[in-house]
Amino acid sequence: MATAARQSSAPGRMNGRTLWIICIGAASLASGLIACGLGSFPSTPAETLRALAQAFGLSWGQPVDPALSVVIVDIRLARVALSWLTGASLAVAGCVFQGALRNPLADAFTLGVSGGAAFGASVAILTGLAGEAIFAGLAGGTGILPLFALAGALLALAAVLALGRAGGGPSGGMRRETLVLAGIVVSTFLSALISLLKSLDEESVASIVFWIMGSFQGRGFEHVALALPYMAVGLLLVLWRARELDLLALGEGQARLLGLDAGRSRLFLLVGASLLSGAAVAVSGVIGFVGLVVPHLLRLVLGAGHRTLLPASALLGGLLLLWSDVLARSILPGGAELPVGVVTALIGGPFFCLLLGRSSRGRS
Amino acid sequence: MIRVANLHCGYGRPNADRDVLHGIDLIVARGELVGLLGPNGSGKTTLLLAISGLLPARAGKIEVAGVDIASLTPRQRALSLSCVPQRAEVPPGFTVRELVLMGRFAHTGMFEDYGPKDFAAVEAALSDAHAGDLAERQASQLSGGEIQRVLIARALAQGRETLLLDEAVSALDMARRVEAYDLLAALHERGSTILSAVHDLNLAALYCPRLVFLKAGRVALDGPTAEIFTEENLKDIYETDIRVGPHPVTGAPQAHLVPGARAAALG
Repeated sequence: MATAARQSSAPGRMNGRTLWIICIGAASLASGLIACGLGSFPSTPAETLRALAQAFGLSWGQPVDPALSVVIVDIRLARVALSWLTGASLAVAGCVFQGALRNPLADAFTLGVSGGAAFGASVAILTGLAGEAIFAGLAGGTGILPLFALAGALLALAAVLALGRAGGGPSGGMRRETLVLAGIVVSTFLSALISLLKSLDEESVASIVFWIMGSFQGRGFEHVALALPYMAVGLLLVLWRARELDLLALGEGQARLLGLDAGRSRLFLLVGASLLSGAAVAVSGVIGFVGLVVPHLLRLVLGAGHRTLLPASALLGGLLLLWSDVLARSILPGGAELPVGVVTALIGGPFFCLLLGRSSRGRS
Repeated sequence: MIRVANLHCGYGRPNADRDVLHGIDLIVARGELVGLLGPNGSGKTTLLLAISGLLPARAGKIEVAGVDIASLTPRQRALSLSCVPQRAEVPPGFTVRELVLMGRFAHTGMFEDYGPKDFAAVEAALSDAHAGDLAERQASQLSGGEIQRVLIARALAQGRETLLLDEAVSALDMARRVEAYDLLAALHERGSTILSAVHDLNLAALYCPRLVFLKAGRVALDGPTAEIFTEENLKDIYETDIRVGPHPVTGAPQAHLVPGARAAALG
């Protein structure tokens, strides 16, 4: 009897987790609908839905004002989609960095990976390889921009890991703080390089400057199209290896005893997370704290199993950045915008402090 | 079957002076239950690490079920033998059932998730290791004894053909030790090959038909328990006065320490 109850509680727990995922997913969809209606020409959710349906060839009720329809679909939907995808990518990347490096403070931002991606993208823009002024709001990107961002991300990650190892203990292990310190050093160095690039070419100042704080201002579907393939590949790569993250959490020795080629697995996961971060940074700039806050919040509710944690991180990361962007574009009077990175830092900064306190208490 | 031939092993830079194992020869036949004994630092853990593939051999060869383990991938190695480590870090956020399920990793393909077969193996392992009552607990919050039962369960979920245990019961209380060794004896009866490092001489003598003693990285004694578990042999290996008498129930030889003997031995 007791055994039967225990066995039935196992699927019960799984259902609880699935329920959480469904709830966050539903909240994402609802938020998207609401956010597409918010702005200087507000529309009700019903109107928004009709406008979106019209764009896909479905229509009912009263036709939507064409001008409003353009605002909802071409401007707001593109921006909502891009902020959601970026948030999802950054949160999943953060979750993977934390798991693969066994470091709760790891994240694309703290590891300097975002800085590296921003530097790579700056180089692409400055050399003209990124194509015709994609960030002046015109179409015509060559799709090579995320590749430069990825290369920058990987180089920065390699540098940070090498620095972290050099500063680690005698066993070659990396201390948490050492790795984050190395990340800060590399980030600072790269942002100085970005400033240098900027001053070399006055014309590209406007397009490079937003990477320092991140923004979705003036982004359209061409940016979604630019980043989506890379994000999809990165997401599939890490979801495919979600179980390996669970084994890596036990440490390299146990992971190998259980049959995991730990080094190879970590390499794949880090490349996948770099792809996600690189693609996100290429279209949105450096946005901190999403990858740090989201996985930690979810671990409190869902536990550490990455088969649920990764999809849940994607959904909640998207949700968080979607609303951060709505705040960024609506909080200032007179149509002025805050960089979205400012909003995420304002929310994430205090959380980061809380986390540092918790992790140092946990060890004492 | 485990076959170890002329094994040299050590940590750090390859250097014969710093080897921990100096030419180990050992064969554990299919279906044997062998206790691995020896003083602290004699090389028990190093030998088990080498057999499990975590520590590369500097010279010599290790075969499990007739295959050189150096030629196997981690996944193939995990399928041919399961290990219960001496200490295991348990990160927060995993339930006991999830931790045991990780023992099934090597059984699933690259593009496959855990399936009904794996869940069934986990339930069987949990119940055999007397860890069923812990299944829903947070693994990071268990006591040392409880976590060892869970690690035994994970090894059983991974595979029962060949088991390596490193001091797997040292954190268990007396009743739990007997329970764990009763489980090993039952697995042994059903054909498992088991090599278990033990600190507790009497537990080893009570359960293992054959004992292997290591001393300073070499095999000092190897044979049937009844023949080699003698006062003289134990005195030689542990360098203290030890008396041996029969177990009151089973008649197996049991060692008894003599107070003050170590001081006398050291002069």
